[in-house]
Amino acid sequence: MMTGVPILELEGVTKSFPGVLANDNVSFTIGAGEIHALLGENGAGKSTLVKMIYGVMRPDGGRMTFQGKPYAPAKPSDARANGIGMVFQHFCLFEALSVFENIALGLSAAEAAEGDLKQRIIDVSTTYGLKVDPERLVGTLSVGERQRIEIVRCLLTNPKLLIMDEPTSVLTPQEVGVLFHTLRRLASEGCSILYISHKLEEIRALCSKATVLRGGRLVGSCDPRQETARGLAEMMIGTTLNTPTREKFEPGDVRLKVQDLSLESEEQFGVDLENVSLVVRAGEILGIAGVAGNGQIELMEALIGERSAPLAEHILMDGVPIGHHGPKARRACGMCFVPEERLGHATVPGMSLWENTLLCAGTSNQLANRGIISMQTANTFATKVVKDLNVKTASIRSHARSLSGGNLQKFIMGREILQGPGVLIASQPTWGVDAGAAAAIHRVLLDLARAGAAVLIISQDLDELFTISTRISVIAGGYLFPSQPTEELTVEALGLAMGGRLKEVSEVKEAAVHA
Amino acid sequence: MLKLIPRKEPSQAMIYATPFIAVVLTLIAGFALFTILGKDPVRAMWLIFMKPLTSSNSLAELLVKSTPLILIAVGLAIGFRAGVWNIGAEGQFTIGAIAGGSVALAFYPDGGIWLLPLMSVAGAAGGMAWAAIPAFLKTRFNANEILVSLMLTYVAVLLLSLLVHGPLRDPDGLNFPESRLFQNSGLLPLLIPGTRAHVGFVVALFFVVAAYIYLERLIIGFQAKVLGQAPRAARFAGYSERGIIWSCFMISGGLAGLAGLFETAGPVGQLVPSIPVGYGFTAIIVAFLGRLHPLGILLSGLLMALTYIGGETAQIEMSLPSSTTSVFQGMLLFFLLAADVLVNFRLVRTKARVTVPAPELTSAPSPTPSLKPAE
Repeated sequence: MMTGVPILELEGVTKSFPGVLANDNVSFTIGAGEIHALLGENGAGKSTLVKMIYGVMRPDGGRMTFQGKPYAPAKPSDARANGIGMVFQHFCLFEALSVFENIALGLSAAEAAEGDLKQRIIDVSTTYGLKVDPERLVGTLSVGERQRIEIVRCLLTNPKLLIMDEPTSVLTPQEVGVLFHTLRRLASEGCSILYISHKLEEIRALCSKATVLRGGRLVGSCDPRQETARGLAEMMIGTTLNTPTREKFEPGDVRLKVQDLSLESEEQFGVDLENVSLVVRAGEILGIAGVAGNGQIELMEALIGERSAPLAEHILMDGVPIGHHGPKARRACGMCFVPEERLGHATVPGMSLWENTLLCAGTSNQLANRGIISMQTANTFATKVVKDLNVKTASIRSHARSLSGGNLQKFIMGREILQGPGVLIASQPTWGVDAGAAAAIHRVLLDLARAGAAVLIISQDLDELFTISTRISVIAGGYLFPSQPTEELTVEALGLAMGGRLKEVSEVKEAAVHA
Repeated sequence: MLKLIPRKEPSQAMIYATPFIAVVLTLIAGFALFTILGKDPVRAMWLIFMKPLTSSNSLAELLVKSTPLILIAVGLAIGFRAGVWNIGAEGQFTIGAIAGGSVALAFYPDGGIWLLPLMSVAGAAGGMAWAAIPAFLKTRFNANEILVSLMLTYVAVLLLSLLVHGPLRDPDGLNFPESRLFQNSGLLPLLIPGTRAHVGFVVALFFVVAAYIYLERLIIGFQAKVLGQAPRAARFAGYSERGIIWSCFMISGGLAGLAGLFETAGPVGQLVPSIPVGYGFTAIIVAFLGRLHPLGILLSGLLMALTYIGGETAQIEMSLPSSTTSVFQGMLLFFLLAADVLVNFRLVRTKARVTVPAPELTSAPSPTPSLKPAE
């Protein structure tokens, strides 16, 4: 890899929002052909910084130099005209249109008119090993394939700097390998890559330089290949990390059992659940791995009771058929839930924390008596949640939306766990949560299981699942693989399960479209 | 190009200040309007906003006019908080008047202490029955309650007209399209002797307090607020959306019906085709001006009643057009909504269309692919 000549230089870049200094005097340099990691926890200012580089926002102060010339993009098309491409974490694709149409829509008229676009798409995708079929409907593609479209779209503009925002959160381990291969190839051709992530192992494997942000400030830069993951983590969070560990245990009785649950999705491009069966015993944490959009949402809805199962016997809690129970009745049986969306699903954003305890802890904790809200009990409960989980908030009267992601998640987790559930079902419990809060959440989950509860975790984060789960299963295309003890599993095995099934599903969908 | 960008944390102070800002802007616009019309703006303003407060008689009228506004608006506000858009209070008001008034006429000329309570129950039940139609169509077929409830208003008004031209017409009334004057026991007792102010205002005050308790202290009111603010959270909590929609329609319809009966058994004293004069629509403005909060509605109801009375005074004394009142009320709602938008959004000038949407800065959006392009 040839590095040295700087392609992008940032000098004292500063950006503030009301009440927050998102970037404080950040300076660093990306060399030509360098794969440069931008590392930091959620809220460290990574997104703001790349948005300024990509012209989505303008810095309040500081200078940027691109290829030796002053660089101040006013809008993303300026950035693209300069040769900077970006692949966002959340794609901007129309499911009902083909790959070709989506790519054409994302390019400017001049870019799209240049030569035979379809041929260029095929050329670029074969050159870089990014297999995409321009004629396919995006709705039939897996998330990994969709990401390839975004990358191809960027590469068509011949970027000199490619920004990738958390690209691997939607990929199977094998797909990650393919992506890294592509990125290394690009870098060897002189294209610089700014790689944003908080996955330390990936950064160590891929990047030759890392810039670490914390609280909006630059706290250091290093060669990640020379550092340990732990060292990087501590640099990122600024303190020593105390990761919880799993203990050996004797599984108890079956508490949650799902058998042969099939459920059609309500969404057009949603995923149908197919004969999902699982068992979680007391003291056990069952992890369900899988790439986003493979039936996790549908499974969660069915488990919460937002959608009724076809038969009551499809879901059993301590042997009682609850498939037809609504969420309230399931809670009354001792189930608690932590859905993925924190704002708007798990909490009402514009309501205070104490009001948000009423949402689902109302009955179990006598927060309301014969329909009358007991403000005192609700306040006491909310205070206990805040104290026990160490939630950082001005008061229990603060609105849910005013809390940071990690703090709100701790609050939600606390609200559920302090109800003393027999079964806890959590989806993406540490998604977008900083490392400190994630460790705290993992600890309470392990404690809960130790106390005899059955815990079910749906997560895309394999590290998380390997840290806390006793058994792991994979969901892919709405099908749940039988679970296996964590000790007997490898990341590769899980990845193959995900990928194999996904390929199959994708082919079926494709056939359905053409039929 | 101008663009509206949502504010992250709208100022709480500004949310409560907007009604006052709207009033001030309405005054300024009104001032300009009267100047353009060639009328003395100072005198017009004084007549509209101050004169009614100077005599006990017009103060009593203030109570008369604000009673239906407050009653209806309090009911509507509970629904609006839940995202249930009952726009047809005017129709429920009319049916309430018909149902309650018919009870008085059915027993005519008999009566007693039992008559008014019976009429009130019938009035509220009539309003509920009319509101049950959009509630049923919404919960059963997901029909848009705005359209259904609004259109039923016209049905109700025509039904009243039909009845007073036919079966309910006063047999001794020289064929005028109006019912008999109700027997004395079917008329609301007066609050202040010698004026038209009746006990309905006290009932309205009672419902202001009741609605406050409903929204702030009862689980059912809390559920309504959750459904309005975050429907998915209501689903997560396991609240019955159907039940909440029904309860909101029953409350708002019942209170509108009661208000209709009070109007009939109070200042009017009989059924006439002109019972519905638009209180049901003005109450929507009252509800929003009062920030959908019962106590705010009490104040905004009184203010709106003031524009009714003052508008009439100005019409008579300065020969202003009769639409003056409606123009004022319209301006008030317009400025209120405009101010609300600016409290929740900020206006940004953009040079060009931003072609690539920015990802969310701090919140964690769902990584699920969906039909619409991701943010």
